[in-house]
Amino acid sequence: MKWFKFVKVALQSILKNRMRSLLTMLGVIIGVGSVISLMALGQGSQADITTQVSSMGTNLIMVHSSSGRTGGVSHGSGSLATITMDDVDELREKAATLAAVSPSVRVSGQVIAGNANWNTSVEGVSPQYLSIRNYEMASGTFFTERDVKIRAKVAVLGQTVVDNLFGDKNPIGARIRFRNVPFKVIGVLAEKGQSSMGNDQDDVILTPSTTALYRLSDGKTVRVILASAVSEDTVDAAKEEITAILRKTHKLHANEEDDFSLRSQTEIIDMASKVTGTLTVLLSAIAGVSLLVGGIGIMNIMLVSVTERTREIGIRMAVGARGSDILAQFLVEAIILSLIGGLFGIILGLGLAFGLGEVLGCSVKTDLSVIVMAVAFTAVVGVFFGFYPARKAASLHPIEALRYE
Amino acid sequence: METILLKDAKKIFSLGGEKVHALDGVSLSILSGEFVAIMGTSGSGKSTLMNIFGCLDTLTEGEYHLEGVNVSGMDKARLADVRNQRIGFVFQGFNLLPRTTALENVQLPLFYSRKRKGDNPKKRAAEALERVGLGNRMDHEPNQLSGGQQQRVAIARALVNDPAIILADEPTGNLDSKTTLDVLNLFRELNLQGITIVIVTHEPEVGQHAQRVITMRDGRIIEDHLNGKALHPGGRVGGASLPNISGPREAIS
Ligand SMILES: Nc1ncnc2c1ncn2[C@@H]1O[C@H](COP(=O)(O)OP(=O)(O)OP(=O)(O)O)[C@@H](O)[C@H]1O
Ligand SMILES: [Mg+2]
Repeated sequence: MKWFKFVKVALQSILKNRMRSLLTMLGVIIGVGSVISLMALGQGSQADITTQVSSMGTNLIMVHSSSGRTGGVSHGSGSLATITMDDVDELREKAATLAAVSPSVRVSGQVIAGNANWNTSVEGVSPQYLSIRNYEMASGTFFTERDVKIRAKVAVLGQTVVDNLFGDKNPIGARIRFRNVPFKVIGVLAEKGQSSMGNDQDDVILTPSTTALYRLSDGKTVRVILASAVSEDTVDAAKEEITAILRKTHKLHANEEDDFSLRSQTEIIDMASKVTGTLTVLLSAIAGVSLLVGGIGIMNIMLVSVTERTREIGIRMAVGARGSDILAQFLVEAIILSLIGGLFGIILGLGLAFGLGEVLGCSVKTDLSVIVMAVAFTAVVGVFFGFYPARKAASLHPIEALRYE
Repeated sequence: METILLKDAKKIFSLGGEKVHALDGVSLSILSGEFVAIMGTSGSGKSTLMNIFGCLDTLTEGEYHLEGVNVSGMDKARLADVRNQRIGFVFQGFNLLPRTTALENVQLPLFYSRKRKGDNPKKRAAEALERVGLGNRMDHEPNQLSGGQQQRVAIARALVNDPAIILADEPTGNLDSKTTLDVLNLFRELNLQGITIVIVTHEPEVGQHAQRVITMRDGRIIEDHLNGKALHPGGRVGGASLPNISGPREAIS
């Protein structure tokens, strides 16, 4: 068809008015650029969160205390200590769907080694904690069930604690003090980095649960129980079993609500990605509005251009252009302007995303589908906002157009 | 054959309730190969008549036949095609596309041509430019050409699609006397090659170049006579095929 010819004419006209064309495209460039960069950053951080949460542990299920009286939305899990060491023992004994169970007793305070000190927290756990949280040892050994039984004053340090207390020295065998209780360092954890919630997973001191509970804490409060299901498929079954066992040990009647709450790793991932997903959609919508504004910009300039080129339209009609030819010419011009703008926008957006990703240290994930969508959308913008000016041009009367000064 | 046949043509413009009879019953025929000048006072309806001839506008009443085809009832798209295939326009203000080379300007009608004529448009445009003596200015843009040269480009554009007729509304209005003569000689040459030409002019000297002069007033033809001086033996218009011209009509006194 003639479309190819119209494309050529449109390109010529765009090139003849370079500055105006650029200004016309600017709105689309910025709109597409921001959509692309936000989507790339959003998808990137979503991917980050997924890997980070996964790194928290395999098939992880967390059991928190909860008052259970209000039900529904909890007012801060763990506000009332309902979980005890008995629960841990009970789960460990009876739950067939769980591969490992560990309590977590957290006590924060200052740790001192020689003349160095560091504010952190001690987490009392069982040896199974290592596998539940996917921690690995960098050096030394982890404590054993025997250490738990005898409330041994041994500690395994995260890399951040080591860095702050010992620098480059080997901490194995060294003594540290926490709340005036001396501990012997027996191992160092391999580095793990930040968690999805942004806290440093290497800023930990692990001790036997009983040591933390009876020597540092009140002997009762277990903050949370961490358990891992046998496999990913048994997470739901495991949650049911945990609920059943805990309801029984807590002697809850059928009409009473749970006094604990369960959260699985997948739920955390879902929650986190929901948050970032919503944020991405929201920001992209705002960016989309700027794309809309860009489209209106195209319409505005196209209208000006139609007025400016009224005489040209008259000349073209005089030599035999039909209304449909004029319509096609202006429509094609609007679409091409929009598409070129979109193309620049994609380049700008990707550049921006990778630049920001570099600066902010988050991943950038580009999807071909997003780019294809952006291109399709700009074409639609071109058609939509180009149509009115084009129709206006096409409906001009040749004589009036020729007379136009 | 009659290239143009107008039967009791009326064109009425309504301006805020007031009616302007721009053409008030014009009957006229122009034969193939004629060179006609239309003269008359300002506002007498010359341009209106040309616009009708050129299918840029339609009659309020009456009939217009172009090469035997009744154009009066055609829709806009068909009229555009007729303009493209059968009409060549030359305007007072040249009306070339700015920032576009002479060659591209001349190609414009071919761009909208729905008939495949086989030849490549560039070649045909170049030939048309050669014909008006601008073979050496093909890549010049309008602002790099003199008025006379621009008008030649416009004439080449009018020629390029082998029209039935060239319509020129005050083609020399913006030109000095020397250039006017050049352009008129070009028209004459083209007419000698058999092209039908109608020009509108205010200047009697310009009118003298035509074979036939039609004078208008108040939307009517008041005079239509042959111009003996301008008659040339080589033209398609031989004595026998000369139009049957009615005597001068009196205008309303
Ligand atoms: N679009 C229009 N609307 C209203 N009136 C019009 C229109 N076009 C022309 N007229 C009127 O029709 C009459 C004839 O106009 P036309 O342009 O044909 O005159 P003309 O002979 O070409 O004059 P000139 O020598 O000044 O160019 C004038 O009275 C003019 O005002
Ligand atoms: Mg006029």
